Amino acid sequence: MRHLLRRLLFYAVALWVAITVNFFIPRLAPGDPASAFIGKILRAGGRVDPGQLAAIRQMLGVDTTDPLWVQYFKYLGELLHGRFGVSVTYFPASVTEIIGSGIMWTIGLGLVSVIIGCVVGWAIGILLAWKRGSVLDTLLAPGMTFLYGIPYFWLALLLLYIFGATLHWFPLNQGYDVINTIPGWNADFILSVIQHGILPAGTIVIASLAGWMLLMRNTMIATLSEDYVLMAEAKGLRQGRVLFAYAARNALLPNLTNFAIALGFIVAGQLLTEYVFSYPGIGFYLLQGVASLDYALVQSIFLIITVAVLGANFLAEMLYTVLDPRVRQEGTA
Amino acid sequence: MEKNRSSERFASPSPHDNQGERPSLLSGPMGMSAGDSLAVVAALPRRKPIYAAFAEGLRRFWKLATINRKVALGSAIIAFFILVAIFGPMFPLQDPNAISHLSNRGPSAAHWLGTSTSGQDLFSQLVYGTRSSIFWSFFTGLLVTAVSAFVGLIAGYAGGVLSEVLSMLINVFLVVPALPLAVVLAAYFPRGPLTIAVVITVTSWAYGARLLRSQTLSMRSREFVTAARASGESTWRIIFYEILPNEASIVATIFITTTIAVVLFWASLQFLGLADVSDVNWGSMLYWAQQADGLFQGFWWWFVPPGLCIAILAAGLSLINFGIDEISDPRLGSAVAAKRVRRVKRGTLSGGQVSGAAAPGGARGVPDTFLF
Repeated sequence: MRHLLRRLLFYAVALWVAITVNFFIPRLAPGDPASAFIGKILRAGGRVDPGQLAAIRQMLGVDTTDPLWVQYFKYLGELLHGRFGVSVTYFPASVTEIIGSGIMWTIGLGLVSVIIGCVVGWAIGILLAWKRGSVLDTLLAPGMTFLYGIPYFWLALLLLYIFGATLHWFPLNQGYDVINTIPGWNADFILSVIQHGILPAGTIVIASLAGWMLLMRNTMIATLSEDYVLMAEAKGLRQGRVLFAYAARNALLPNLTNFAIALGFIVAGQLLTEYVFSYPGIGFYLLQGVASLDYALVQSIFLIITVAVLGANFLAEMLYTVLDPRVRQEGTA
Repeated sequence: MEKNRSSERFASPSPHDNQGERPSLLSGPMGMSAGDSLAVVAALPRRKPIYAAFAEGLRRFWKLATINRKVALGSAIIAFFILVAIFGPMFPLQDPNAISHLSNRGPSAAHWLGTSTSGQDLFSQLVYGTRSSIFWSFFTGLLVTAVSAFVGLIAGYAGGVLSEVLSMLINVFLVVPALPLAVVLAAYFPRGPLTIAVVITVTSWAYGARLLRSQTLSMRSREFVTAARASGESTWRIIFYEILPNEASIVATIFITTTIAVVLFWASLQFLGLADVSDVNWGSMLYWAQQADGLFQGFWWWFVPPGLCIAILAAGLSLINFGIDEISDPRLGSAVAAKRVRRVKRGTLSGGQVSGAAAPGGARGVPDTFLF
């Protein structure tokens, strides 16, 4: 229990640091980004909700004579009320609307990619550990290493070029067919989503395969040399049972932590995927915002991403605590 | 054995300690006359001349670089790129920034890798760009390693509140997502290589710091540290002159791992257009290729070579890492390394006793190191 509270406190501190960094960056940056941004909003015309405008003023620190700490607390207040301001790129949509629409796409794509990636990667890792020293292992392990070093966006571009532009197997961009299908629970839309999602998910799976595989392979090699595995084999148990019920089960722990952390990085790391494929997730909106210096959008998305990553990390630790009693003992010792 | 510099203070002065230096300790109270000291000086082993020491250093470096097949290959790749970075632009190449009317041509005799949209020669861009890419990647890698070492060692050695606070700071920076933070920072600050270097350092230092902190924590209870403290060495000296040299191998591994991440991070930021896009380097070539829709127009000669160079550089560094891993833990290695381990172990036991046990282990594919 105490261990849990300590970790909760840590994540609260990490969140506070992220919020404070968000608060200080526009005030520390050279030039005067804040006024430029407010100017853009006011010039864009249309009706802006005064509450949102006030929120932006607090976030960026414009037109205010309050001392810094008062600004800070007003900013925290705006955050708690969920007022992140309006976006200049997608004026007059509020930032909350944009994040809301984007986050489903990011999580959907990310979840599918991570699950497929880890299942395939773990299977290969277990196979390689079992057949360590064989031709497959000697070829595949360094081969995977090379795959790991390939810049992800370059790999994504190559695959997009081969399968999208040259072979025309998959569409080139977007999350679904914006021209022909209508979003909703109809077969056309769902099929279109799947078709548009195969290439982005595929590139993520290929790029992350080496990571999943290598960790599983190394932990399995360590587990397979343990005494209890030798005992299980000596008892005459089936090879498959030894491999999965004895070895993989114990090798799973660090790999599950990896999995939970990867879930958190779905939101953070898919930036490049969404950029290359123009996939309408929040990473895509973040980069659009940076290109047009849309500070309200950029800062709010960064905050959401950080919250997601922290949340996933916290869940990973809870999972680890539940699965590994030694951690609980250490905490209370 | 750890190097124990503090022991120098306690050692009684003897002729063999002072390598060629004037043994002033031997005169005076120790009761030796001038004539005797001269004789001692003449008999002392001389310090090696510069060129011999240099050759010795080179020999050691070569042995280290070729200790393993993987390390050798990795070092060869890195050495190749460094040589291209230094000497490449000296070759008679075209000006990488010179525009011409030959827009978007494929590889030809005049332009080995074709031209960009504004008619710039892509091959010379690749060679000139090597300099910028290599220099900034390694520089940033060094910077990150230095910051990690600094914070990690202090966090490990200092006790109490400082250690807790630094540990909290390290964990916070580990958990905050790097690429989004880098994107946000790069958006606000002026574009340029130094900004990117600082941004990458801010987001990447925590990994090495955590490793070094835990390593230093285990080191600080060793006897040589207690001895150093007892002999009155200042805290800074203990941390950076006693503990750090013993962690040199970990720092080297951190440097290599960090540089791999930095190379890829840097390329990603350049590709997104967050770095100085007028600078000629591999990442910006990819940025311009993307801007010109090179992908969909089929200009593979524009975006394949730079990406390939980045991939090969990262692969070279990974190979060195893997090679070092193999040396420290032979179980993780390839079949050749495993066979070598088996052969060595077999040699230490009587031949007939072991060969029967080795065969079934190998046949089942289960690692047989535990059979011995």
